[in-house]
Amino acid sequence: MPDQAPEALKKSGALSETETLKKEAIPTAAAPATVVEAGPAPGRPRSLWSDAWHELRRRPTFLIAATIILVLFVMAAFPGWFTSVSPREADLTTNYLKEPQLTHFFSPEWLGYNQQGQSIWARMVHGTRASIIIGVAVTAIVLVFGGLVGMLAGYFGGWIDAILSRIVDVFLGIPFLLGTMVILVSFDTRTEWTVIMALAFLGWTTIARVMRGSVISVKQADYVAAARSLGAGTWRIMLRHILPNALAPVIVVAMVALGGYITAEAVLSFLGIGLTEPAISWGGDINRAQDRIRVAEHILLYPSILLSITILSFLMLGDAVRDALDPKLR
Amino acid sequence: MGRYVLRRLIQMIPVFVGATFLIFVMVYALGDPVSALFGDRGPDPATAKALREEFNLDKPVWQQYLLYMGDILTGDFGTAFNGEPVTALMDRAFPISFRLMVTALVFEMLIGITLGVITGLRRGRSLDTSVLVLTLAVIAVPTFVLGTTAQYFLGVEFGWIDPAVSPDARLDELIVPGLILSLVSLAYVTRLTRTSVAENTRADYIRTAVAKGLPRRRVTVRHLLRNSLIPVITYLGADVGTLMAGAIVTERIFNIQGVGYQLYQGILRQNSPTVVGFVVVLVLIFLLANLLVDLMYAVLDPRIRYA
Repeated sequence: MPDQAPEALKKSGALSETETLKKEAIPTAAAPATVVEAGPAPGRPRSLWSDAWHELRRRPTFLIAATIILVLFVMAAFPGWFTSVSPREADLTTNYLKEPQLTHFFSPEWLGYNQQGQSIWARMVHGTRASIIIGVAVTAIVLVFGGLVGMLAGYFGGWIDAILSRIVDVFLGIPFLLGTMVILVSFDTRTEWTVIMALAFLGWTTIARVMRGSVISVKQADYVAAARSLGAGTWRIMLRHILPNALAPVIVVAMVALGGYITAEAVLSFLGIGLTEPAISWGGDINRAQDRIRVAEHILLYPSILLSITILSFLMLGDAVRDALDPKLR
Repeated sequence: MGRYVLRRLIQMIPVFVGATFLIFVMVYALGDPVSALFGDRGPDPATAKALREEFNLDKPVWQQYLLYMGDILTGDFGTAFNGEPVTALMDRAFPISFRLMVTALVFEMLIGITLGVITGLRRGRSLDTSVLVLTLAVIAVPTFVLGTTAQYFLGVEFGWIDPAVSPDARLDELIVPGLILSLVSLAYVTRLTRTSVAENTRADYIRTAVAKGLPRRRVTVRHLLRNSLIPVITYLGADVGTLMAGAIVTERIFNIQGVGYQLYQGILRQNSPTVVGFVVVLVLIFLLANLLVDLMYAVLDPRIRYA
């Protein structure tokens, strides 16, 4: 079994670390293929992550997704670079029925105006920040908290695992969207942070479950036993030996979840229980565009497209990273 | 088998109590049901106090929870904001949402599993790639966008369906909403089946089955599919609960007066008995669906036995 390869072999570069680290990568048919495809790394052996990075750099889906996400981050940080008009500047004499001027790239009128005579493009650009902040912050909180719970449950097992797993079950029993709605409706003004807290409160269980499973599969490995026999402490084993090796599936799930949190924010805003005015949010704009869909579908169309592209990018990124980290699928 | 089911049912009790207590605390501790009753104008303090006493809201939360659970066990779910008993709302809403859920589930199983098997057997071909891209696109476009667009085109532009579902919510009216509701899960089922099938095609027992001369069809259906379906069944089982509860958006777009509709009204009006009552039933459905999934494992994989 590849995961029992001795440490010495790893150093020779004949076996990529991928195989030593990935406990579940056992199918014999796939294992030799990995060695060939991982390529002969002259000199130093590659780690799982640098191996994945080499794999990723050649994938068009990863490059496209990463580029889009980078642009979205820049848009969230510096909306002024993309539009000169304020998203709140409303001119009621500008008729929303006026056709978008699609050829006037990035001018305020290129995607048309909404009912209040606000530039749809400006609102889309400025709405990016809410989606990105919520997605990233919820994912970060969930990773830390869910990761910690999963690590403790997986590493210690026994009654600690039993209690923590039951708590996770309890939170999983509550439907996600419904629970966040119940929390959010009790706040009269809802900022990004209200939404972040509500989503994180119910969202951490997914990560905790994945982390627990991953830790359980890693902690049996020989290098953990070796570290323990060398006298390493519990925390050292957990942080230095188990965590780096158990992280791969968690990262993949987190990337996909990030897209999910952005969707959740949009859905909540669409239902009128998300961000409150004057916050600018894609979901809120889509909600308000609904009743004009017969006469001015562009108000609904363009924010929806940008929202979908954003979510798609995170999904594609997660997919590409999963494929790169999982030698079984190569 | 019987003992296994009994043990699982007993194990469910703490999770059920925990989940219902959590939602109870979220509704009663975060919101204020009494002031919600009065809307924007604050209630008269004496009336508010009397109401609090009547609904046991002056007691500590754990006592309120016990009293509430005691009522539920005798079949009393309290009254909704319009004065109707919550059970009457449930009688109307659950059959509708159940029909919608079954419609969605049928789409997931028929289309999702078929597409998953076809693409899993043809990994890397153009059909596989295009289905894969399509599933990603379906997952990425939020349900509310798909729903409003479908409603606009099919209901308004082409006039193929009624844009809004009638209060009876007949099965034929639920086909399009059911498809919209199922789409995201359908995409996940496709991907899950594809991965599972692709992994199992390389298994030894498939080679054996082919080697002993079984027809292709039989190998696929009896050997490959049966073994590949286990993760898919897990997903579908968990999805039953999600579909019942997660239909808020779909039900709102198509004006279906099911569980999602009632919950949405209850949450907006902060009507605690409605919200908690419906969620209690949903948690129960979720737990039972998961138990059913575990029992299905034994049917699909005879190596799994429950003593």
